[in-house]
Amino acid sequence: MKKFTRTLTCILALSTITTVAIADEDAELVINGELSVATKAAAPADSALDELISGWRFRTNETQALQMDDFDNPSFIFIEQGEDLYAKVDGSEGKSCASCHEDVASFEGLKSTLPRHNASSGKLDTMETLVNNCRTERMGAEPWKWSKGKMTAMTSLISLQSRGMPVNVKTDGEAAGAYDLGKELYYTRVGQLDMSCANCHEDNYGNMIRADHLSQGQINGFPTYRLKNAKMNSIHARFKGCMKNIRATPFKEGSEEFRALELYVASRGNGLSVESPSVRN
Amino acid sequence: MLLRSFIAVTATLISTSVIAGDISPTDVSFGDYGEISASLTGVAGDPVAGKKVSTNRKLGNCLACHVNDDASSQSFHGEVGPELNGAGSRWSEEELRGIVTNSKNTFEGTIMPAFYSTENGVRTLKKFVGKTILSAQQVEDVVAYILTLKEE
Ligand code: HEC
Ligand code: HEC
Repeated sequence: MKKFTRTLTCILALSTITTVAIADEDAELVINGELSVATKAAAPADSALDELISGWRFRTNETQALQMDDFDNPSFIFIEQGEDLYAKVDGSEGKSCASCHEDVASFEGLKSTLPRHNASSGKLDTMETLVNNCRTERMGAEPWKWSKGKMTAMTSLISLQSRGMPVNVKTDGEAAGAYDLGKELYYTRVGQLDMSCANCHEDNYGNMIRADHLSQGQINGFPTYRLKNAKMNSIHARFKGCMKNIRATPFKEGSEEFRALELYVASRGNGLSVESPSVRN
Repeated sequence: MLLRSFIAVTATLISTSVIAGDISPTDVSFGDYGEISASLTGVAGDPVAGKKVSTNRKLGNCLACHVNDDASSQSFHGEVGPELNGAGSRWSEEELRGIVTNSKNTFEGTIMPAFYSTENGVRTLKKFVGKTILSAQQVEDVVAYILTLKEE
């Protein structure tokens, strides 16, 4: 019954997505009437932005409301799937996630620090690579596809454990190389339309671009449920979408480039609260 | 759904290969302020066709970024660029031809796409490599249309 009501809510919500009324600028995000989530934060000294603002603030009142109560938030259909997968034995070792990490709550604080440099692989770890490492190395199971349903259900469930905590990714030390690459990609003009991420999300946030209200392109709310495709969306899938829209060939999901871009974009939100799972149009 | 209708625009794009007699995108010559004095085609622009090109999301999609009261029957005008209202009084034909062809010669570093250029950003999707967003005649049509947007 609970699931049915949620499905119904998202169908109703779909009919509101053509509304472009701009949300009340002073609205605050309080979830379930009790958890205050900071959707604005002071920009760090070296930031290109005057103030950090979550994408939630750029959405309509109706879309915002869906994120203010977990019963209305369609993401929770997928989080329930994540809970089932968490307990499900898979692979040659006869193990589930729960065999090693009894309570998913033990992942509190993980989302807010990802991506992070992995000294043994020399690469950035993201939530997806950590999940797949467990699957292939400890469970003897097949890796999941980066942006497919099982992976996004699991990353949504694990990210939820950090909801309300400040984003705090490390950009110096071993991570510095990836940070620099990510920053370069952010400012590189790509595609036939010849635009960079910064053209839209730094120079023009707050402006309408046709019917879309441009945000700062923050990722503190991912995975995000989009009314447009009615499922959870990964960070790399969103990057891919933005690149295709400017008629550029996207990097591959999970590529070194997208991991670096993820680190850089995450760092632009250092200080905002983790909002996962968010709702966007 | 909204962004998709903005510039996703891919599948049905009219292929804009250069037509014989048109000035090729690499041969266009710009003046000191980014203006282009000669017509790109030698055929006068058609303002009625130009209006259609300017509002079509797969072609000019000027409304993505510009308010234009003359196209008020279309919903969703963007606010990334200045209003086009009165642009035909503020700019000459030569200047408008330059702005639509490649506004980077007029406004350094602008977000506005170059509509008749093959020097695009890196990693351009294969099917758009070497292609311009608009044809030379479509640029002329849009210019003729913007010239009709006079200050009241
Ligand atoms: C032509 C404009 C444009 C460009 C260029 C662009 N985006 Fe976007 N992006 C949008 C629009 C429109 C949306 C949906 C509304 C919003 O959240 O801003 C969006 C949404 C996003 C979101 C989701 C934000 C949220 O709160 O859910 C992220 C993340 C993002 N973009 C990152 C990027 C990155 C990284 C790049 C460069 C690779 C990029 N964008 C390039 C227009 C653009
Ligand atoms: C992605 C955004 C974008 C699109 C699409 C776009 N423009 Fe622009 N345009 C701008 C911006 C921004 C400026 C202001 C220059 C600057 O500051 O960079 C501008 C400036 C102009 C100007 C000068 C306006 C004035 O009065 O100063 C004209 C005319 C113009 N554009 C016409 C067009 C036409 C015609 C189209 C479609 C064929 C178009 N633009 C598409 C962003 C855009």
